[in-house]
Amino acid sequence: MTTSANTLASARPAAAERRRPRTSSDKRRQHIAAYVLIAPFFLVFLAMLVVPLFYSGYLSLFQTKLVGGTTFVGIANYIRAFTDSQFLSGLGRMGLFLIIQVPVMVCLALFVALAIDSGRAKASTGARLLIFIPYAVPGVVATLLWGYIYGTDFGPITQIFQALGLHAPNLLSNANVLGSLMNIVTWEFVGYNMVIMYSALRSIPTDLYEAAEIDGAGQFRIAWSIKIPAIRPAILLTVIFSIIGTFQLFNEPELLQSIAPNAISSSYTPNLYAYTLAFVNHDVNYAATIAFALGFVIMIISFVVQIAQQRSQRQGASA
Amino acid sequence: MSAVTSEKVGAPGRGASSATGRASRRRSKGRAGSRKSPLLTVILWVIAAYFLLPLIWLVISSTKDNGDLFSTFGYWFGKFNLVANVESLSTYQGGIFWHWLINTVVYSVTSAVLAAFFATAAGYAFAKYVFPGSKALFYSVLGAIMIPTTALAIPTFLLFSSAGLTDTPFAVVLPSLVSPFGVFLMSVYAADAVDTSLMEAARIDGAGEFRIFFQVALRLLGPGIVTVLLFALVATWNNYFLPLIMLNTQTLFPLTVGLSQWEAASSSGGGGSQALFSSVITGSLISILPLVIAFLYLQRFWQSGLATGGVKG
Repeated sequence: MTTSANTLASARPAAAERRRPRTSSDKRRQHIAAYVLIAPFFLVFLAMLVVPLFYSGYLSLFQTKLVGGTTFVGIANYIRAFTDSQFLSGLGRMGLFLIIQVPVMVCLALFVALAIDSGRAKASTGARLLIFIPYAVPGVVATLLWGYIYGTDFGPITQIFQALGLHAPNLLSNANVLGSLMNIVTWEFVGYNMVIMYSALRSIPTDLYEAAEIDGAGQFRIAWSIKIPAIRPAILLTVIFSIIGTFQLFNEPELLQSIAPNAISSSYTPNLYAYTLAFVNHDVNYAATIAFALGFVIMIISFVVQIAQQRSQRQGASA
Repeated sequence: MSAVTSEKVGAPGRGASSATGRASRRRSKGRAGSRKSPLLTVILWVIAAYFLLPLIWLVISSTKDNGDLFSTFGYWFGKFNLVANVESLSTYQGGIFWHWLINTVVYSVTSAVLAAFFATAAGYAFAKYVFPGSKALFYSVLGAIMIPTTALAIPTFLLFSSAGLTDTPFAVVLPSLVSPFGVFLMSVYAADAVDTSLMEAARIDGAGEFRIFFQVALRLLGPGIVTVLLFALVATWNNYFLPLIMLNTQTLFPLTVGLSQWEAASSSGGGGSQALFSSVITGSLISILPLVIAFLYLQRFWQSGLATGGVKG
């Protein structure tokens, strides 16, 4: 994302030069046009994003008690949050989710994108569309669907195990439910990530491959040394989106809870915890704190990933 | 877009006769496959099967009655009961399912059209104009992409609640109008798709800035707009958290919230609620069809729209 901002910023002076305003009134007219064009977006941006964000930050600095009403408590809620075992274990669970599910999903998406782009598999256009379809399936439906498939009542997985005379695993048990969730999320989003990577692959100039082929490079070598570095920004984009998505997990665990109430607690993910605090416990101040703290964690991890990526890119360039 | 054309040419490109013919064909269709690899084909289709099997299960199960759901194998048909399932889906709770479907369509189309328009106008302005504060504003949009939207849902609920907006369609539509990623995608897209010299020519012809935007730029931005529109459509269509907290009245629910309530009722059992399983399954199938069709139908547009965002992202 930062790279694009840089390209945009560097593209701008050139455009301005070409467009060199004849008079200052022309320039003013263009400024006004630009402001009018961005105004609708920034109105809703302010009202629906900036204001709630600040309001949430404001709420998180107060505490409401039955006796004594609402009082300013500074960062006490944050201290509570970062020592709250329910919040921390939710974060830890998402951390585990992040280090297992995100690499699996991104690598699978990258493999599929490269396989289809290589043009060496038959009917790959059909496969590409099939793999993408789950993205258009609502998370709610995806979770219900997999919930039934995992289920012991009439789930086909259990049916197959029983038909083979084997003991079926309970995929919704305490021990297995996190893996089952990872599978649902992977199923939902591989296609989306694959399409982003595939689109990026399609815009690499072909002559690069021809040159590499003349030099005797095989398909794997071309994929590893040309294609993957060329679509690095797209891969980074999918990783960042996946990190944000992971920590925001709500739909899937919330819905699985009704199928497997013993395996998923009301603080299973930080978001589910914030929801419970706000709408079951009616503690909006602490709920806002959890939401805000979660936002901090996501921003920090996203920045760390971006900086790490930039550093490795720079090293790659100098090497 | 080269992606589409090259594949269309790619299909009959197998079994070349002469060496020269092969060489020229390969050059003309770019990289779309010279030799096919059976191993890669098998791997790719095994992966595709993983994505397809749950949906096949959904289609098969939607044709069964409740008894067959429990007693027959998930990947084989029982009595064909699809029509009866759709009938009971349509009559349960006075046909509320179709209410939910209409609500979903209204919420998501309204949100997507407006969100896409706002994102297009803003993205175009960022790409094509230099104005005081543009950099800071653009970075604030980029930063906002990273803000978890669900973290905003609770304060938004509280604000809407004090404004008396909860439990109205506005509560679902208004927060869905903001698409920072859409602005980012459109600015990247517009930077390439709209030629600055074309704008300059229009200015010399005496066209005003808005006329340039509406009559020249919008046409060039087509694939980008379709992409942002579709992804905004999916975001609202599939939204669950926001309507769940904002809405209380059943007749205002979108499909996601309605179906999940039915599912919870059928899982908790009791009172013959198990009969709901087939309704949830058939309803799920119906709820995914419109988006799947929209994506397949418009794939040429949104894929080329994503290409620019993906590369420069």
